[in-house]
Amino acid sequence: MNQVSRLFRAREAGIFVMLVLFVAVVSLIQPRFFSTETLRIVLLAVPLILVAAMGQMMVLVARHVDLSIGSILGFSAIAAGMVFRDHPELPLFVGFAVGVLSGAALGFVNGLVVTVFKLPSIIVTLGTLSLYRGLLFILSGSKQIDPNDIPEPLIRMAQTSPIDIPWIVIIAFGVAFATWLFLTYSQIGRQIYAIGSNPVAAPLRGIRVMPVTILVFTLSGALAGLAGLIYAARFGYVNPGITGVGFEFTVIAAVVIGGVSINGGVGSVAGTVLGVLLLGSVQVALPILGVSGFWQNAIYGGIILIALVIDRTVRQGGLRGLLARGGA
Amino acid sequence: MNSIEKSPIPATPPRVIVREAAAPRPRWQVWLIRPEVVTLLLLVIAAIVATRLSPFFADLGFILESSTYYIEFAIVALVLTIVIISGEIDLSPAAQMALSACLFGTAFKAGAPIPVAMGVSLLSGLVMGAFNGVLVTVLRLPSIIVTIGTLILYRGLAQVLAGDKSISGFPSWFVGIDYRMVGIVPVPVLIFIAASILLGLFLGITIYGRQIYQIGTSEIAAIHAGIRVRRIKMGLFIASGLVSSIAGLMVASRLGSVRYDLATGGELTMVLIVMLGGTYIFGGRGSILGTFLAAWLLVIIATGMTVANIAINAQLTVMGLLLIVSIIATNAIYARSQR
Amino acid sequence: MTGSAPLVSARGISKSFGGVEVLRNVDLDLMPGEVHALLGENGAGKSTFAKILAGVHRPTRGTIELGGKPVEIQSPIAAQRLGITLIHQEPISFPDLSVAENLVIGQVGGKPLGRVRWAELAKEARRLMSLLNVPIDVTVPMRGLSIADQQMVEIARALASDSRLIIMDEPTAALTPKEVETLFTIVRRLREEGRTIIFISHRLEEVRAICDRVTIFRDGDKIETATTASLTDADIIRRMIGRPVADYLHRGTSHVGDVALSVRALTLPGRFENISFDIRKGEIVGLGGLVGAGRTDVARAIFGVAPATSGVIEIDGKPVTIKEPTDAIGLGIALVSEDRAIAGIFRSLSVETNITAAVPKRIAPKGIIRRTVEKALAKESVEKLSIRLASVRQPIGELSGGNQQKAILARWLLAEPDILILDEPTRGIDIGVKAEFYDMIGELAAGGRAILLISSELPELLALSDRILVMSEGKLTADIPRAEASQETIMHAAVPRSGRHTVSGAAA
Repeated sequence: MNQVSRLFRAREAGIFVMLVLFVAVVSLIQPRFFSTETLRIVLLAVPLILVAAMGQMMVLVARHVDLSIGSILGFSAIAAGMVFRDHPELPLFVGFAVGVLSGAALGFVNGLVVTVFKLPSIIVTLGTLSLYRGLLFILSGSKQIDPNDIPEPLIRMAQTSPIDIPWIVIIAFGVAFATWLFLTYSQIGRQIYAIGSNPVAAPLRGIRVMPVTILVFTLSGALAGLAGLIYAARFGYVNPGITGVGFEFTVIAAVVIGGVSINGGVGSVAGTVLGVLLLGSVQVALPILGVSGFWQNAIYGGIILIALVIDRTVRQGGLRGLLARGGA
Repeated sequence: MNSIEKSPIPATPPRVIVREAAAPRPRWQVWLIRPEVVTLLLLVIAAIVATRLSPFFADLGFILESSTYYIEFAIVALVLTIVIISGEIDLSPAAQMALSACLFGTAFKAGAPIPVAMGVSLLSGLVMGAFNGVLVTVLRLPSIIVTIGTLILYRGLAQVLAGDKSISGFPSWFVGIDYRMVGIVPVPVLIFIAASILLGLFLGITIYGRQIYQIGTSEIAAIHAGIRVRRIKMGLFIASGLVSSIAGLMVASRLGSVRYDLATGGELTMVLIVMLGGTYIFGGRGSILGTFLAAWLLVIIATGMTVANIAINAQLTVMGLLLIVSIIATNAIYARSQR
Repeated sequence: MTGSAPLVSARGISKSFGGVEVLRNVDLDLMPGEVHALLGENGAGKSTFAKILAGVHRPTRGTIELGGKPVEIQSPIAAQRLGITLIHQEPISFPDLSVAENLVIGQVGGKPLGRVRWAELAKEARRLMSLLNVPIDVTVPMRGLSIADQQMVEIARALASDSRLIIMDEPTAALTPKEVETLFTIVRRLREEGRTIIFISHRLEEVRAICDRVTIFRDGDKIETATTASLTDADIIRRMIGRPVADYLHRGTSHVGDVALSVRALTLPGRFENISFDIRKGEIVGLGGLVGAGRTDVARAIFGVAPATSGVIEIDGKPVTIKEPTDAIGLGIALVSEDRAIAGIFRSLSVETNITAAVPKRIAPKGIIRRTVEKALAKESVEKLSIRLASVRQPIGELSGGNQQKAILARWLLAEPDILILDEPTRGIDIGVKAEFYDMIGELAAGGRAILLISSELPELLALSDRILVMSEGKLTADIPRAEASQETIMHAAVPRSGRHTVSGAAA
């Protein structure tokens, strides 16, 4: 009965088939890939990407793009890490709040500049990518947050939880579920799709494009900030020159594979989750297949381009199909 | 500049002109709203402030020497200016520099003589540019997102090729292009100046330059006027690839080695130079002169920060801020001139 | 009409676009519970007036009272809050959202943080669609709907909102006779509920069937408001046209020569099919039809902007291949396209650059632009067509619409075409400049050029054409010699006979 599922069913099925095929092929070549151990590694690898991908998906659906999330991730991780290091007496959630709120603030700035000055988001966020990275160097004094400064409970979140699934996995899928609820059942969520689907018509139909767009960038920033904490939990350190560098490309690759259209208006949580899982599987499969890790970026780049071409053909095919049906 | 008094219809009373067409703005205003004038003003101010702060800047030789780090990006930015005027964008040149330089290094390591290795590198530039061009003009994908994809792909391939090691051991005649001087001018700077003049003339006085402005102003109108839009855009992307590979070779010569992460983040610097030069991000307006001036502005700012002991990492803040401020300013100037 | 107070009372409404006045001092009262037709030729000002009421445009001068209180209608949203809904001529929609969502999104009173109740939404949407008697699945995305179905959704949306004033801008353009009948039933019911409806249409029989009163616009002036019954069709047409257009035409009996352009079985699926016609040298062939009938698509195909997939184009008896506009220009074809702002001018570039855009070989024989040659060509054109401007270096965007159009015509005359396709050449142009255009078109034909004139203004077609072709739903439906041509014969061939429109409205 859900209309949304109907709108996107075809795309998601395609991604799902790709995921199954990939796992099947890799397992045929290297049987030890098909194991619960692999599943565990994949599940541990994806939370970082998944959380940020939820934000990036909303940005793309609104017909924008956010290149600054890698720097936001780094900034929030450093900010939270400094709270942990300099004020170990404070409870864990303070660090979380600092990370998420600083990310939200940086995302808010992105949204503000893009909407107030009516500038292309890709250039603005290319600028803030550099700006935020510079700020994080200044903030941290170019010093790394060392493993012994990361609180033990945070590290444990990447390892376990009462129900034996690591907390970060639970958090990531919780975020995905919340995003799904937001996009499917809230008026604002639907308005994000409307803006991306037809930006010219949106204001004519009484949609407040500016606040909704700013909200989308703010959410993207907040989720990148949360990803910063997941990074600290999982890797146990934060380095101003390493953490989050190039992360935006991984996330964009995942989202685009997940069937989110760069032309706005199209994209779903389920598709994005599948896209992230597919990307995570590729990451894990490469070393098992004996392929050098150096291939990873080239593969991401290729995947993005292929996804773009597929999206283009689907649209054209869809159009032709539409015209043919109309003529019958 | 042609003057207003030579109006072809002196017999028509001015009252009618007001109704039929808005009066043209005074010439001083036309000049003032040209963003490269702003760039020039900023350049003068930056130069004065810099010489006051540090005696180093009074020495032209010092500025020329310190420019060699940015000059490769500036050369590519000249072509990027034309690409942006045509209404497209190319974010992949820095990655193209890395891949073509790594191909050069790999070919050299494989025993190819330097000229052959250079040929391989230049050819790769053509191929990479053509690949971008095909994706944009044949498959009609938006260049802004396509070149992000190829940015990752090209740098990824460079990584596959070179791993995380640097390739070096080039013969001494190839190394150190930035130390070769003509008078007090390093060779890369000379190349930049020559390229600026050539591309400035191309854009300013040839019919192709004219048509590029027309395409950027309205692509649909350009198609209807019989301008071969796709062919011209294809040419621009190929030119961008070729110049990127030349710049990649210049970096290889300057550093004496190549790595996959060569010119990392260069796309920001290039876009920054173009935007500082007053080129309109939505196409149709801009000039090589603006980009030329902006390159020197950036050299003075960056060198100034280094002289002032600001860490290179913290300089990122200024660069990012400059990029955003310059697009906002350029947009505001053009929005005012648009009626 | 009851003696009650008017719902809307507009006084002294004027509107200018870029210095050109398109609406002058219009006074109009709209009563509650009436269906009021706005009539006039294209560009007469009726749509501009309607859009001012709907908050799309803001008047340059004048006041509007709604229910006795003065109001400022700042935006479409403000209009909706005041209970005014505009049904756009071309439906605006969100192609990626479902039909049901398109019905309610952005609706006034919707809470941004509120929850979307999908089941209730679908139920309400089905109820609205059943009122309209259209079998549309409300859960499918809007993208898959035909233009006619999208139009029905747009109408349903107006019904869903509780509007006092509903403005319908050519709502029947894409509908079948049966759908039109359903629409009229609904309009009558809305009238009984006491709502006011503004109905814009070119079809007089529809106006007669449904409208209580009519207001006629011409060249930005309101000519008359009267009850529909008090005017005959002839009265209405005379008031719409004003002076007979034929007066503008100073064309001697032209010499018609050999066939210059011959088109055989030209087809572009989904746009037009099996189009065949000839145009002779010195002949003006009119091409009429409703908006969206595929006329512009045929012009674009001949010119190579969007080539046909099958069929033959012959020039001077020889078959030719036209893949892009460059090919067409090389063969002596020129197209003045209908959308001047998008497909014609380079707004921020100088007038001279605009005029010489199609003749690169003449201004730059060796690739380098010769400024003196370019300037001379531009000035010559400016004088010949008496383009009124201050300087040829002025951005063309600063000129009035009529002078912009003259510059575009000048561009193509420099290319010295043998075949000239004019697509709505006088749209949005002052009446005085129009007369100049009619003279020029006549002279061009007299000079031996073959001219294809596409126009939605029937009087213009009738006055200028030697022969009139008519298209409907992508097919050629009539070829009427000058002697037999009349508004009736053209409209008869233009109105769709079959089922729904299958041709999407690329032409607008």
